Amino acid sequence: MAAAEKQPVAVTWAGPLNGVMSGALTWVDQRFPLMSLWRDHLAEYYAPKNFNFWYYFGSLAMFVLVLQIVTGIFLTMHYKPDAAQAFASVEYIMRDVPGGWLIRYLHSTGASFFFIVVYLHMFRGLMYGSYRKPRELVWIVGMAIYLCLMAEAFFGYLLPWGQMSYWGAQVIINLFDAIPWVGPTLAIWIRGDYVVADATLNRFFAFHVIAIPLLLVGLVAAHIMALHEVGSNNPDGVEIKKVKDPRTGHPVDGIPFHPYYTVKDTLGVVVFLIVFCAVLFFMPEFGGYFLEYNNFIPADPLKTPAHIAPVWYFTPFYSILRAVTEDFMIVLSAGVALYVLLIWFTVKDIRVRIAAAGAGLISIVFMIAPTVNGVSIALDPKVWGVALMGVGTLIYFLLPWLDRSPVKSIRYKGPIAKVALTLFVISFVVLGYLGTLSVTEGRTLLAQIFTIVYFAFFLLMPWYTRMDRTRPEPQRVTG
Amino acid sequence: MGLARTLACVLLAAPLAAVASESVKLDRLPADVSPHDAISLQRGAHVYMNYCLGCHSAAYMRYDRLRGLGLTEQQIRDNLILTSAKVGDLMKIAMDPKESREWFGTPPPDLTVIARSRASGAGSGADWLYSYLRGFYRDASRATGWNNTVFPNVAMPHVLWQLQGEQVLKTEVRSIPRGSKGEVEKYEVQKLALEKPGSMSAAEYDRLVADLVNFLVYMGEPSRQFRIDLGIYVLMFLGVMFVFAYLLKKEYWKDVH
Repeated sequence: MAAAEKQPVAVTWAGPLNGVMSGALTWVDQRFPLMSLWRDHLAEYYAPKNFNFWYYFGSLAMFVLVLQIVTGIFLTMHYKPDAAQAFASVEYIMRDVPGGWLIRYLHSTGASFFFIVVYLHMFRGLMYGSYRKPRELVWIVGMAIYLCLMAEAFFGYLLPWGQMSYWGAQVIINLFDAIPWVGPTLAIWIRGDYVVADATLNRFFAFHVIAIPLLLVGLVAAHIMALHEVGSNNPDGVEIKKVKDPRTGHPVDGIPFHPYYTVKDTLGVVVFLIVFCAVLFFMPEFGGYFLEYNNFIPADPLKTPAHIAPVWYFTPFYSILRAVTEDFMIVLSAGVALYVLLIWFTVKDIRVRIAAAGAGLISIVFMIAPTVNGVSIALDPKVWGVALMGVGTLIYFLLPWLDRSPVKSIRYKGPIAKVALTLFVISFVVLGYLGTLSVTEGRTLLAQIFTIVYFAFFLLMPWYTRMDRTRPEPQRVTG
Repeated sequence: MGLARTLACVLLAAPLAAVASESVKLDRLPADVSPHDAISLQRGAHVYMNYCLGCHSAAYMRYDRLRGLGLTEQQIRDNLILTSAKVGDLMKIAMDPKESREWFGTPPPDLTVIARSRASGAGSGADWLYSYLRGFYRDASRATGWNNTVFPNVAMPHVLWQLQGEQVLKTEVRSIPRGSKGEVEKYEVQKLALEKPGSMSAAEYDRLVADLVNFLVYMGEPSRQFRIDLGIYVLMFLGVMFVFAYLLKKEYWKDVH
């Protein structure tokens, strides 16, 4: 469309400046899709009117992302990515840079709150079936954002160069060592040295301040574009687009995002800030969970701390990793065998049955192959621990296809789905808590039990969601 | 909704269970030690400069930050800088870490943020330091002749021994009645006892240590008090913001049914 063909923009909200503003906006709009972007994503994006408490966390995640980027820019101005200076430069920010302590605490508290907000946002998706058709890509892009966020947090945590920064990175990078054949070479390639050192710090800094944030911002844009293409889900899990006002063509149960949800989310941001600032100003370490006490000791490659724990947001997965012990391998292989049997006797498609049996058999061989003449092809439990931890983070991607319930929202799902979701949340929290503690026999057993619960929630979902007694979904949202 | 309530219970209960269990029992820093008490902080700084700074740098802290204790630059220069350092300098030391490693087995750590790093499930960093500095006892098996109840086999000798005197660790066997037939169960209790008194009474020494710890806490985060003061204003501001944000939302949403 040529510039002149586009309708001029008529501004009515600028008072005496209406004429000037109209001219300016028309000039821009004829060269850039300003007004159509504004309409499509804010003024005429129709969102369900029945969003509840759980729907604040998407906009809050965006708010925290901006907060992290802005505070990060200022930290970068004073921080030194150098093994000899990094720790001191953080203390320099805390003491000598005017307002530096505030910027630093905003960033460190923001990191933990980012995960709090994102976990609640993801839980909302689980509860109301926001991953179901047609929102599979919204969910998948969201999970990619989550993975980026984990990478971002991991790289960032090395930068203060304290003991936990150092040894946490050492432990996680050593996991790559477990990969058969290429592991050790890969680990050295990642570190850029034989141990975590200056080279590692420099590359982690590069990933933390530019590579991952670029990816993160791009993915967030894709997340929102995909969402606005298909429209938001809601607590009832019904599509508001099905019932439209014949006059206007807008969903009857929809309201324009702006101004309704812009003002509502503003309220959400204020409440969030009250909680956030209470932590930031009165307990920035949050009992050692947000800023670990050991991290106030400069990194020392010669002194391994007695107890190495990642920051709280990684601990559920760390627990899964630690749960896979020598003894657990037999349980794990029994679990695989049972799962193959379940597929064999319930799935009609012979190809699926054979594929499952083949994959199951191979896994079991690599889990518990007996030792013959001192040689066994069974992989070290550590390898399976890493594999299970990886699967534990990636399995969320499959949710759109695992859930076979005729309804989306937990409101209309049956008792089995409700119990399953509750057990899943309990297992996530318990695994998270156990991951912060040192290992004892009892704790390992507990972690193993909840690891099984964690995976059962996903792996058995196709069966229990189909047999569950659901209630019929309403035609319209119920408020 | 039942599910939401169950989840809320689980999520709220988790932090309560997070109270970690550590075996070392720490004495609590007396509650009357206040970060607002300039006299206590100044005395603590004075002790630090005289007894600690010889070996323990505080190299992330500048002398002029001691103004936060209610001192002028001139007072800092006259009373607290015992070297040729300038008031804007970092609190570094002349000791060579290579040599100190030879002498003690490990170089004395920098103490700028020691009060933050020593916190744990067992108590705050202040509690740890308060217990540690009062936990030295004579132990002939150690090269320095000293050991510590909070930090077993510590490399540091008891620098404040002339003030506190010499403690020894006494093992008492105690018994508690068990069962009905007069059976007893015996267990050992280790207690510190002052064998040779120093120049200070026990109460005086505890106060000195408390003041020193008060200063170490200040040094760990000089902006701490300002942070807390500012936080109160920020929360008050957000409280007002909340009222406006709430009313704005209510006004806009009144036609949504």
